[in-house]
Amino acid sequence: MRFNEAWLREWVNPAIDTDTLVHQLTMAGLEVDAVEPAAAPFTGVVVGEIKSCRPHPDADKLRLCEVSDGESLFPVVCGAPNAREGLKVPFAKVGAELPGDLKIKKAKLRGEPSEGMLCGGSELGLDDLIDGLLELPADAPVGTDIREYLALDDTVIEVDLTPNRADCLSLRGIAREVGVLNRAPLTEPAVEAVAVSDETTFPVTVENSDGCPRYLGRVIRGIDPAATTPLWMVERLRRAGLHAIDPIVDVTNYVLLELGQPLHAFDLSKLSGGIVVRQARAGEQLLTLDDQTQELRDDTLVIADDNGPVAMAGIMGGRPTAVSDDTVDLFLECAFFNPLAIVGRARGYGLHTDSSHRYERGVDPALQQVAMERATALIVEIAGGRPGPVTEAGDAARAPQPADIALRAERVTALLGAALDHGEIVDILERLGMTVRETGDGEWTVRAPSWRFDMAIEEDLIEELARVRGYEHWPSRVPSGTPAGEPDGERRLPLRRLADTLRDRGYLEAITYSFVAPDLLAKVDPDHPPLALMNPISADLGVMRTNLFAGLLNAAGRNLNRQIDRLRLFETGLRFIPGADGLAQEPRVAGLLYGSARPAHWEGKPRRVDFYDLKGDVEALTALSDPAAFSFRPGQHPALHPGQCAELVRGGRVVGHLGKLHPRLARDLDLPADLYLFELALEPLRDGLLPHFEPVSDQPRVQRDLAFVVDAEVPAGDLVAAVRAACDARLRNVHIFDVYQGEHIQAGRKSLALTLTFQDPSRTLRDAQVNDLVEQVVSQLKQQFNATLRD
Amino acid sequence: MMENLDSLVDAALAEVAGAADARALDEVRVRYLGKKGEISALLKSLGGLSAEDRPKAGALINEGKQRVQAALDERREALEQAALDQQLSAESLDVTLPGRGEPPGALHPVTRMRRRMEDFFLRLGFDIAEGPEVEDDFHNFEALNIPAHHPARAMHDTFYFGDGRLLRTHTSPVQVRVMQKGQPPFRIIAPGRVYRCDSDLTHTPMFHQVEGLLVDENITFADLKGTVAAFLQYIFEVDDLPVRFRPSYFPFTEPSAEVDVGCVHCGGEGCRVCSHSGWIEIMGCGMVHPRVLEHGGVDPSRYSGFAFGMGIERLTMLRYGVNDLRLFFENDARFLSQFA
Repeated sequence: MRFNEAWLREWVNPAIDTDTLVHQLTMAGLEVDAVEPAAAPFTGVVVGEIKSCRPHPDADKLRLCEVSDGESLFPVVCGAPNAREGLKVPFAKVGAELPGDLKIKKAKLRGEPSEGMLCGGSELGLDDLIDGLLELPADAPVGTDIREYLALDDTVIEVDLTPNRADCLSLRGIAREVGVLNRAPLTEPAVEAVAVSDETTFPVTVENSDGCPRYLGRVIRGIDPAATTPLWMVERLRRAGLHAIDPIVDVTNYVLLELGQPLHAFDLSKLSGGIVVRQARAGEQLLTLDDQTQELRDDTLVIADDNGPVAMAGIMGGRPTAVSDDTVDLFLECAFFNPLAIVGRARGYGLHTDSSHRYERGVDPALQQVAMERATALIVEIAGGRPGPVTEAGDAARAPQPADIALRAERVTALLGAALDHGEIVDILERLGMTVRETGDGEWTVRAPSWRFDMAIEEDLIEELARVRGYEHWPSRVPSGTPAGEPDGERRLPLRRLADTLRDRGYLEAITYSFVAPDLLAKVDPDHPPLALMNPISADLGVMRTNLFAGLLNAAGRNLNRQIDRLRLFETGLRFIPGADGLAQEPRVAGLLYGSARPAHWEGKPRRVDFYDLKGDVEALTALSDPAAFSFRPGQHPALHPGQCAELVRGGRVVGHLGKLHPRLARDLDLPADLYLFELALEPLRDGLLPHFEPVSDQPRVQRDLAFVVDAEVPAGDLVAAVRAACDARLRNVHIFDVYQGEHIQAGRKSLALTLTFQDPSRTLRDAQVNDLVEQVVSQLKQQFNATLRD
Repeated sequence: MMENLDSLVDAALAEVAGAADARALDEVRVRYLGKKGEISALLKSLGGLSAEDRPKAGALINEGKQRVQAALDERREALEQAALDQQLSAESLDVTLPGRGEPPGALHPVTRMRRRMEDFFLRLGFDIAEGPEVEDDFHNFEALNIPAHHPARAMHDTFYFGDGRLLRTHTSPVQVRVMQKGQPPFRIIAPGRVYRCDSDLTHTPMFHQVEGLLVDENITFADLKGTVAAFLQYIFEVDDLPVRFRPSYFPFTEPSAEVDVGCVHCGGEGCRVCSHSGWIEIMGCGMVHPRVLEHGGVDPSRYSGFAFGMGIERLTMLRYGVNDLRLFFENDARFLSQFA
C-alpha cells in the first residue's frame, strides 16, 4: 500500500514529523518499506500563463510564446503541440534547475530569444498525461511556485501489510490506525447520497449470494466523454503508484485507494439484458482488460449479462464491456464478495490485481453504500452525468457478521506477562472502534467494527492491546523451569562427533540440494524410482534424491572445473526412498575422495588416493561406536566399480557402500576415474558401546610371523577370521604385514603374511603351547582355503 | 731425574694438546700415565732416592701426573664437546619446512552457525527435535492454522508432489509433531532444511531454519522477549545489542512479532546491509495460537507457549560477512575451506 503523506494528513494530522510517523507505523505492525519524496528535486518553476502564441518565423514546429509569471512577460520558444494562448503551464524561469541536472539559461532558438522553458509532466519528474505541456487548471494562480501549487514537497510512504490487516489497504484504514496511535481525530470527507436525476436502472440478479452477499449497481447516463481527470487526482494516483487512464477508471481507482472498496464501471451500452452474479460454467471464456482470453473454471464467481461473463468477480473486468473514450452511459458496480469466493482464484489464472488483493483478504462488508456514493459524486463532479438510483441485490445477511468476543483481564496478564489497567484496556479497544460491554470485574464482551473482520477470538484482542500499547512496553525475562526431554544416553554417539571426525580428516562439509536431476540420479541409482516434484524450480532439480552421490558428484565436477585438484567432501542429510510402506526418509552420511593421498609436500609427489584411503576414513567412523560390530565385504553398487566396492555390514544388515566411481559413470559425467565415494546410514554409526574395563596383563607376549599362500581371490578378511576362529582367547591380535603376488608365487595365488600375537593373561605361554595354536591355524587354513605355508 | 720429570710432563701436555680424537688421547694416557707409562715409571725409580728426598720427589711426580691427568680430562671433554657439536650440527633441520599430515577440513558455515544456535538453547534446557522434510498438508499448513486458500499460503511458494504431500516450507510442522507425540512441558528447537519454490539473487529453493517451541504453564510474551533477546546477544556477542519486537502476523502465533536487531554491520548508522534503516530483520515469533496447541493435543486453557523461527543462512551471512546466499549451495572448496 502506497500513499502520500499530505493526503493522509488531510484525514488525520497528529503533531509528529514524517520520521516519527513512519516509525510509529512500523512499530504498530504496518511495516514501512519505503519513504520517498513525491517528486524529484527541482527549483525555479512557477505557474506561468501563455499570453500570446505565434509561429516561429524560421521553424515549422516551434512557436514563440509570451509567458507571464504574474509580474513580467518573457519570450519563450516552445515546441509543444498544445502550447496556446491562455493556457496555464509550469514555467521554468532562467536560473531554474530541473531534474536530470538541466539548468535553464537564456538562449536563442533559430534566431529568436528564449528566456525560460515551458514544461511537460515528465520534465518535472511527473507523469506525462498528454504529449506536450502539463496543462494546469484555469484557476491556477500565476506566479505561484509549482512545487507549492502541486504540493510536491510531499512524501510517499509504502507500507508492507501483513495478510490480516486488509483494513489498512486504504488511506482510510491507515488514517484510522494513525488516529488510534496518536489519539488524533479523524476527518473523513463528507459522503452524502448524490441526488438521483435519472430513473434508469439495470437489473441485477445474484445467484450465489454466499459468494456475493451484496451487489450495488447504479446507472449514470450522459457523462462527458471528453472530460479529463483533475490534476490533484492524477497526482494522488501517481504517488500511490497508479497511472491515470480515464476519469471513470481513475475515480474507481481513487475510491479503492481512499476507502479500500474496489469498484468496476461497465459501458452500459455494451451490456445486454441484465447482470447475473453466478459461478462460471466450465468452458466459458472472457477477454479480460489485460487483453488475455481466460478459459474460466467453475470455481470462479463471475459477473455475467445475457451474453455471458463480463467480469471475473473481484478480479478483473472484461475488455468488451469496459468503459472507453466514447462511453456516455455507465453501469457502476460496487459489491462485497466473500473472501472465500475469491481467494486463490486470481492466482489460478496467473493474475493478481488491486481488487483481488483486497477481496481475498477482505473488504469492509459495510462499506459499499458509502463507496458507491463517493464514486458517483466524483464522477459527476469530473465528468458530469445523471446518476440513477442505487439498486441492491444479494443477501446481506450472508456477509460476515462481527462476533461477540469475551475478554478477560486475567488472560491479558497471562499471555503478555504484565497486567494492563482495566481502563486502558477499554480505552484501547474503543479507540480501535470496538464496542466494549463490561460483563464482570475485568471481563468484557467486545464487538469489533465491520472493518476489523480479523477479530475472532480473545487472543486477537489481546494482540491488539499489546500492539497499540507498543511491544516495547511489555516486560522481558528469560523463562525459568526445567529441561523437558530425555538426555541422550552415553552409548549414543552425537552426530557432531561423526562430522568432526571427517572434518579432522581433511573433509569439507558440503550441503547440496535434496532434489537432483532425474537423469543423473537414474545413472547413479537406477534401482530406486525417485519421488518427483510436481512443480520443480527447474528440470535439473526435479526429483528427490535416493542417495547422496548425485549431489556430491555435481559438487566435485564444479570444483574440478575450477582447478581444484584435491578434494574431500562429505554431506549429511536425508535420502528419500519410496517404498510399499510409504516414503523412507533416512539420514545418511556420504563422502567423496579425490586427488593425492596427502597434501603436496616438499618430500616429493604424494601418491594418489585409492580404495584403502577411502576405507580408512570409513573405519575412522565405525571406530567411534562399536568397530567390532561392523564388517566389510565385497559388494555391488550401480555407481561403483564392481571390483572396488565394499558393503558395510552391521548386525547382518547392509548399512552402506564404499568404492571407486564406476568407470562408465566417470566417463558419462566427464569426471576422473579415480574418484572414491562412500554412503552410510547414520543411525548404525551412532549406536556405540559403553567402555568395559579388562585387567591389564604383564605376562609376556609371543609373536609368530606366518606367510600363507592362497588363491588370489581369497579375501584377507576371511583368512583373518579363520585364524581367529582356529584359536582361543590366547590369540590377542592378528596383523597382516605383507600381501605379495609375483615371483616365487604360483600364478593365481598370493602370499598373505600375518603376525600372530599370543598371550595368556595369567601365566607365561610355553613354546609348545604356542606351537599347538599355530598348528591348529595352519591346519584350519589348509582345510578351509587350501592354504600352504610359504617356504 | 727431576729434569726428566719436567720434560716428560711437558712432552705429555704437548701430546695431549695434539691428540685429535679420543683414541689418540687414550694412547697418550697409556704412554705416560699407564701402569708402564713413562711418568708412572718415575715412581718406581723413587726407591733409588734417600728416605729424606723420597717424599718430596714423590710429591713432585704425583703433581706432574695430576697435571697431565687434568689436561687429559680437559682435552677429552673438549673432544667430546666438539664431537657432539659436530653431530648436532650435522643433524640440524630446516624447521621452517612444512610438517607432514592432513590439515583439518571445515564444517559448512551453516552447520557452524547451527551448532552455535543449538548450544545456546541446549544450555537453556531445550532438546533438539527433528521432523520429516517431505511433509503432509496437515502438519505444514492446517495444524498451523493455515487452511486451504489462506493468503499466507501464497507467500510460501510450496513444492508439491501432487498427492497431498509437499516439501516442508518451514520447520514449524515439527512443533505440531512434537506436541502430538508427548506431554507438556515442551522445550525444543528444530533445525533443518526447508524448501520454497523460489530462486533468485536472494532466494534459494532450499535453505535452513531453526524452529523453537516452549510450552509450559505460565509462559508469557515476556518469556519470548527475554529468550530471543538473550539468544541474539549470544549469537552476535554484543551485550547491549539493540533488539526490537514489531507486531507482525503469522497464522500460528498470536500475538506475533518480527524481531529486528540493530545493524551489526554499521552499528545502526544505516548502510547497504540494513537498507539504510539501521535495523536488520532476523526472525519471526509469537505466542503459540490456541488452535495450534489444540492441534497438538495441548489444553490451551492450562498451557501457553511461544514459538520462533529463523533462517540460519541469514544469521550466517551477517555473522561471517558472506554477501551472496547462493554460495552456500555451490559447495566451492575455496568457499567452504574458509570456515575451518
